Amino acid sequence: MMDMVKKNNRFKSVFSRWETMLFLIFIIFNILMSFTTPYYLNAQSILDMTFIFMEKGLVALIMTLIIITGNIDLSVASTMSLSSVVMAVSFQSGINIWVSVLLGMLAGTFCGFLNGFIITRLSLPSMIITLATFSFYRGISYVILGDKAVSGFTEKFTYLGQGYIGSTKIPFPLVVFIVLAIVFSLVLHKTFMGRMIYAIGWNENSCFASGIPVKKIKLILFTLSGFISSFAAMFLTARIGNTRPNLATGFELEIITIVILGGVMISGGIGTMPGVIISIFLIGTIRYGLGLNNIPGQIMLIISGALLILSILINNIVKNFSKLKPLRQ
Amino acid sequence: MSEYILELKNITKIFSGGPALDDVDFSLKYGEVHSIIGENGAGKSTLIKIITGVYSLTSGKIIYEDKDTVWSSPIESINKGIAAIYQEPAIFPDLNIAENIFMGHQAYNKYTRKISWRSLYKKTDNLMKELNIDLNPKQKIRTLSLAERQMVEIAKALSIKSKIIIMDEPTSALSISESEKLFEIIAQLKNSGVSVIFISHRIEDIFRVTDRLTVLRDGKCIGTKDIEEVTKDDLIQMMVGRKVDNLYPKIEAEIKEEILSVKNLSKKGAFKDVNFSLHEGEILGLYGLIGSGRTELAKAIFGMDPYDSGEVFLEGQKLNRLTPSQAIENGIAYIPENRDEEGIILGMNLVSNISLPILRKISKFTWLDSEAEKELTNKFVDILEIKASGIDQKVMNLSGGNKQKVSLAKWLATKTKIFIFDEPTKGIDVGAKASVHRFISELAVKGNCVLMISSDLPEIIGMSDNILIMHEGLVTGFFSRAEANQEKILEAALSNINKTNGNTNG
Repeated sequence: MMDMVKKNNRFKSVFSRWETMLFLIFIIFNILMSFTTPYYLNAQSILDMTFIFMEKGLVALIMTLIIITGNIDLSVASTMSLSSVVMAVSFQSGINIWVSVLLGMLAGTFCGFLNGFIITRLSLPSMIITLATFSFYRGISYVILGDKAVSGFTEKFTYLGQGYIGSTKIPFPLVVFIVLAIVFSLVLHKTFMGRMIYAIGWNENSCFASGIPVKKIKLILFTLSGFISSFAAMFLTARIGNTRPNLATGFELEIITIVILGGVMISGGIGTMPGVIISIFLIGTIRYGLGLNNIPGQIMLIISGALLILSILINNIVKNFSKLKPLRQ
Repeated sequence: MSEYILELKNITKIFSGGPALDDVDFSLKYGEVHSIIGENGAGKSTLIKIITGVYSLTSGKIIYEDKDTVWSSPIESINKGIAAIYQEPAIFPDLNIAENIFMGHQAYNKYTRKISWRSLYKKTDNLMKELNIDLNPKQKIRTLSLAERQMVEIAKALSIKSKIIIMDEPTSALSISESEKLFEIIAQLKNSGVSVIFISHRIEDIFRVTDRLTVLRDGKCIGTKDIEEVTKDDLIQMMVGRKVDNLYPKIEAEIKEEILSVKNLSKKGAFKDVNFSLHEGEILGLYGLIGSGRTELAKAIFGMDPYDSGEVFLEGQKLNRLTPSQAIENGIAYIPENRDEEGIILGMNLVSNISLPILRKISKFTWLDSEAEKELTNKFVDILEIKASGIDQKVMNLSGGNKQKVSLAKWLATKTKIFIFDEPTKGIDVGAKASVHRFISELAVKGNCVLMISSDLPEIIGMSDNILIMHEGLVTGFFSRAEANQEKILEAALSNINKTNGNTNG
């Protein structure tokens, strides 16, 4: 009898998990889409669609960690733009493309470090500081490049954003994403660093009083956020083949939307990496499906907004009705 | 008219989890102070919520002023004269006293709808006089102490002509002198015919103010007694249901060499020139009223708030200003008064809480070792007799006493030698209190040293080997266990007459 109850509870708790709900929505959406157009279920086009959202996906991984600590980084898209501009300007002035890439990534990493440094040193809220650097970094991009665009990158560089692995048809960025997604999942769920990230999100004071290096961890996360953003910026630049100061405009909100939709609590402490990864693919396939059906990209904005509200609603309904555990911490 | 203003008969309240109150009787006379006592989870809050109409009854009867009554909402009970005052009063901090008292029932001009300020302040003044409170009605609530805020709440209750005032743990955050003031006000309320329901964990307070008391245990009424009929020990036995041999199970420990010593420690606005030393096996009690700088001192030693000047020596070695993580490395632990904000992580489970300070050490390379964590947690859950549905339970669902044990358990796995307890038993029930005390005593016997901050005098006297007293940031007294008594300690805590001879130890 007890076993039955236990089994029943486990069954219910799997279904009350947000990740499960999200995955079901993902499956249902794909089934529906496959009826709308015969081109949908095509292995190659499904693989190719991942090109267009891997950059956001990469940044969503680090954003997940930052939001779980109860912080936020609004400057990621501006950081992407700045590091891409630094890379492009270096390249234009005759520096080797890979050295330019390195310079661009250094710039982006420094942006992240600066965010973290101000936030931890002055104990200021990350929301305000990254809102300030959100316009600050973007502004510097405009100052450097004006209204010009830089293009004409070498083919070896554009491979980053457009290439396939060897002779297969697997996109290179997808592989990079999968590797990083696994690394981030392991860090968050299997290491002491991950546990500390959750703990900080719940209660920074208790963590500090328990000897957790709260400031150091925050500094590392924000620096890493700059690094990953500039890394993603290289993929984005390589994919579209040119750089403008307005590169990645609006990405920060899309990325935060993906993370929240993935079940991460904006106040911190709650959320899982698998949830966010499913959310990345869900948003990606919606965009792809709508594109195949000739629905303009702007509609995507409406859909992702609606989805976000809906997700929170469903989450609440599930929680209230079943009175089961909320999301796993 | 009967002698009772309120009678509850055969009250039963069943929640989905089971009965919270089972066939409870309660009666309140006109102009009496009636205490409801019981351990956490005994049903006190449920009973109060039934009296104020927050909960409906499953079965039973409420007779209020000789009439059968069913409250349709909490507002109805307030309008009929039942007011409840909670530990941390819900007040508008940026409005002044008069505005707070008359919030929602200000007198105003019928046509212009302008508040008649003059009558508002005059009425407030009268209320203040009636209660013997010396406060300016135009003072902002933000500038008041917690005790003064409670008095404002009492004045508010009187302003709406309340006949019953319920006080839920009113003294737990007050200092002795503030509590005394509150007791005077309670006596005045009584004289003017108001009935008071008083809830407190402090048994001394109950004996101080109560006429009659009702003991609840596990949702059942154990009995109603006149205060003259019972002794402290009877009361504890009634509450706990077994005999608690000793609330202060102090074991004599051999006091050996000095471990920690503090020289001329100062922090601007908090404490000044504090000297003391802590020895192996010693429990040093630190007594002081709120604002005496005791918590600031503890936090400075632990590194949460750095001190300005002075020196701290550990086993003869001078320590630089520490951060908490360095303090932990050096074997110092701080179990804070503000448990939920600084001690434990409410949203996480027992395992994550208990392994937190040694998370890095218990992990293999960088990987969490869940088996080792479970083993550790189970061990300390057993040792400290933490009551939880399982080690996966979130700490927020535990009772106060068990939360305190979790807050303590997390330090037992570290190589801590110096334990700093800040109000270790504040707001926890008698049973848990005795076991926390026993544990502190055992820590000392095992050769650790304990600095125990408390504003609970019997606790300080019952547990400490030596007692240090602070007043407004200065050490104003030092007594050994043999020479300490309530009067001496209070005298030192209330004034700084003793400060010249108060800073040597051992």
